[in-house]
Amino acid sequence: MSNNFIIKNGRVIDPLNSMDQIHNLIVVNGRIASNATSDQELKIIDAKGTLVMPGLIDMHVHLREPGQEYKEDILSGSKAAAAGGFTGVACMPNTDPVNDCAAVTRFILERASQGFCRVYPVGAISKKSRGESLAEFGEMKEAGIVAVSDDGLPVIDSQLMRRALEYAGGLNLRVISHSEEPTLGKGGSMNEGSVSMNMGLKGIPTATESIMVYRDIALAEYTGIPIHIAHVSTAMSAELIRWAKKRGVPVTAETTPHYLSLTEQEVIGYNTNAKMNPPLRTEEDRQAIRQAVADGTIEVIATDHAPHSILEKDVEFDLASNGIIGLETSVPLTLELVRDRLIDYDRFVHLLSVNPAKILGVTGGSLSPGMPADLTIIDPDIRYTYDVSGIISKSRNSPFIGRELQGRAVLTMVDGRITHNLLN
Amino acid sequence: MKSYHFNHKHILDFSRFSSQDISFILDTAESFKEISRRPIKKVPALRGNTIINLFFEPSTRTRLSFEIAAKRMSADTFNISASTSSATKGESLIDTVRNINAMKPDVIIVRHSHSGAPHMIARHTEGSVINAGDGIHEHPSQGLLDLLTVRDHKKSLDNLKIAIIGDILHSRVAHSDIIGFTTMGSKVYIYGPATFLPRSLSSMGAIICSSMEEALTDADVVMTLRIQKERQNDPLLPSFREYSKLYGINQRRIQLAKPDAIIMHPGPINRGIELAPDVADDPRRSVILDQVTNGVAVRMALLYLVIGAS
Repeated sequence: MSNNFIIKNGRVIDPLNSMDQIHNLIVVNGRIASNATSDQELKIIDAKGTLVMPGLIDMHVHLREPGQEYKEDILSGSKAAAAGGFTGVACMPNTDPVNDCAAVTRFILERASQGFCRVYPVGAISKKSRGESLAEFGEMKEAGIVAVSDDGLPVIDSQLMRRALEYAGGLNLRVISHSEEPTLGKGGSMNEGSVSMNMGLKGIPTATESIMVYRDIALAEYTGIPIHIAHVSTAMSAELIRWAKKRGVPVTAETTPHYLSLTEQEVIGYNTNAKMNPPLRTEEDRQAIRQAVADGTIEVIATDHAPHSILEKDVEFDLASNGIIGLETSVPLTLELVRDRLIDYDRFVHLLSVNPAKILGVTGGSLSPGMPADLTIIDPDIRYTYDVSGIISKSRNSPFIGRELQGRAVLTMVDGRITHNLLN
Repeated sequence: MKSYHFNHKHILDFSRFSSQDISFILDTAESFKEISRRPIKKVPALRGNTIINLFFEPSTRTRLSFEIAAKRMSADTFNISASTSSATKGESLIDTVRNINAMKPDVIIVRHSHSGAPHMIARHTEGSVINAGDGIHEHPSQGLLDLLTVRDHKKSLDNLKIAIIGDILHSRVAHSDIIGFTTMGSKVYIYGPATFLPRSLSSMGAIICSSMEEALTDADVVMTLRIQKERQNDPLLPSFREYSKLYGINQRRIQLAKPDAIIMHPGPINRGIELAPDVADDPRRSVILDQVTNGVAVRMALLYLVIGAS
């Protein structure tokens, strides 16, 4: 069986090659080709009415393996990624054990070799993510990490963060910061404001995030080393990042589909599927984040896919774990920005493919001839209900269950291998 | 006039009540008061009903009040406290509730340190759930007995000035009171150290004051709240000494209120900190023990009404 295809009549959107037109895309031997020789048999994929784009990359997911395989494992998580249109995911190191050494990195990559998408491990900044001393970035990089982060556990010690930036910079690894000052919102379980007041829940002020975003910007400017701010949730963070970019500070930032589409109102009724960290914020914050995506301040959309079982979610709100799954809802929720005319398809591809590939320094982001055939075909019009029974991830913790969605990935291809297909 | 039906199967928070609901509960409680004055304090209204006190936090007054209320209505009552339940064996709250539910109780009365726990329990039980205090959220039966006590003394709940002084942020009683008194047409003025007065309290309908004078002047009701010594790991106050000096209610400050103003406190009182002993015991003003007496009548009414609504 050969991996030779002709994807016919789709609207090909390939910003790095300045292409946005109906075009027949050819895949030969797992790579994008400009043409095929007559002896190569091409299987036809009819892509009429769809968008064909470089494979989507989610640079912020939790695959839970090793250690919490009852929530998700690399196989199930990569399958959910493929179903959501992703050809690559970067998995955060907060597994058990933490991915803070080459042995764990190699284990993840070995498991991923059986998976449905490319898996890019992110190494820990500090040993066991305890925020005390640097993990062995160099050896982990040799083993295959693409970035470092103590995601979930903000690096409190500013000297450690500075050293992490410097050391990672020397190895050409991006530092991804979970920017929250942990003492201010201590014990909080949702955004602080009138909703938390009325529900009797301890709040996490927006200042918790701004304080740390500012510190991280200051460190990036001081060291001159790039930093990537994870899951931006507040208006003020967006404003700080906009200001930093104007100053020329090497900072990049991501937000998630949930901060673009939900607010703290979702928590009402003590809905633990709306509990996450940073928490869902106000409508004002949501609008500011949408604007920051529209004007390019935030250049990446990542899901922070965080699977949890009912053991962590069907409990008292204060005790519930943070996070929601997101791989399978990212495309339709991000398409809402296109429908609302905040972004066009060109920027859609930048947010979900070009920019994450560039920041992580991994393959992808374009459909140039010779590139591995990692691509995503999206039907932007299809309407459906996001139903529990259709979820591929092992976990079900999504506030979007029951929602009417529009648009989804109908075919995903990695290296010329079809990993998800709703076309036939 | 439209016929009224009380249709609350659960009593979880005040925000679900209309003013008509509140008046109906208070009227029902009023009619039950005389039962507690009889030589034989028992009526058969809830005979054959099983009522469980499920308390995950220590409580003397509320639990006893609910138990007396249930027994005066001839219900069978059972007490489970966190120390004797499976909570200490690591059983999840939902499993505990499912097991209790399997024994077919009619009402579960819940006190829990986590806000929203009674709401979660209500989703996993067939009977009624009454919130007896959840975290820093609400304490509806205490709010109702406060309303009943004020109505007894002021004849109506309309257009009164209610001053609540103290730790409004963490007081579930204050939250229920603010919503309750506001729903009934009175105005609630709150004051205390600014660490206890987040801006968001105004979303409940309270008026946040910037001085004791503003809060107390011409008040019809002055309520002080217990300062919780167990909250001292969060730097909210420099000292109790300073609290007492700046925010304690004493004879001098109470003069700002109306001459016939009443003094309330949800108890237990830290005498000499939030409330001077001579004010707490002032027979002309203090209605603190009336609150406790009314608690039984209000809880009789709640049990009667939720069972009727089920």
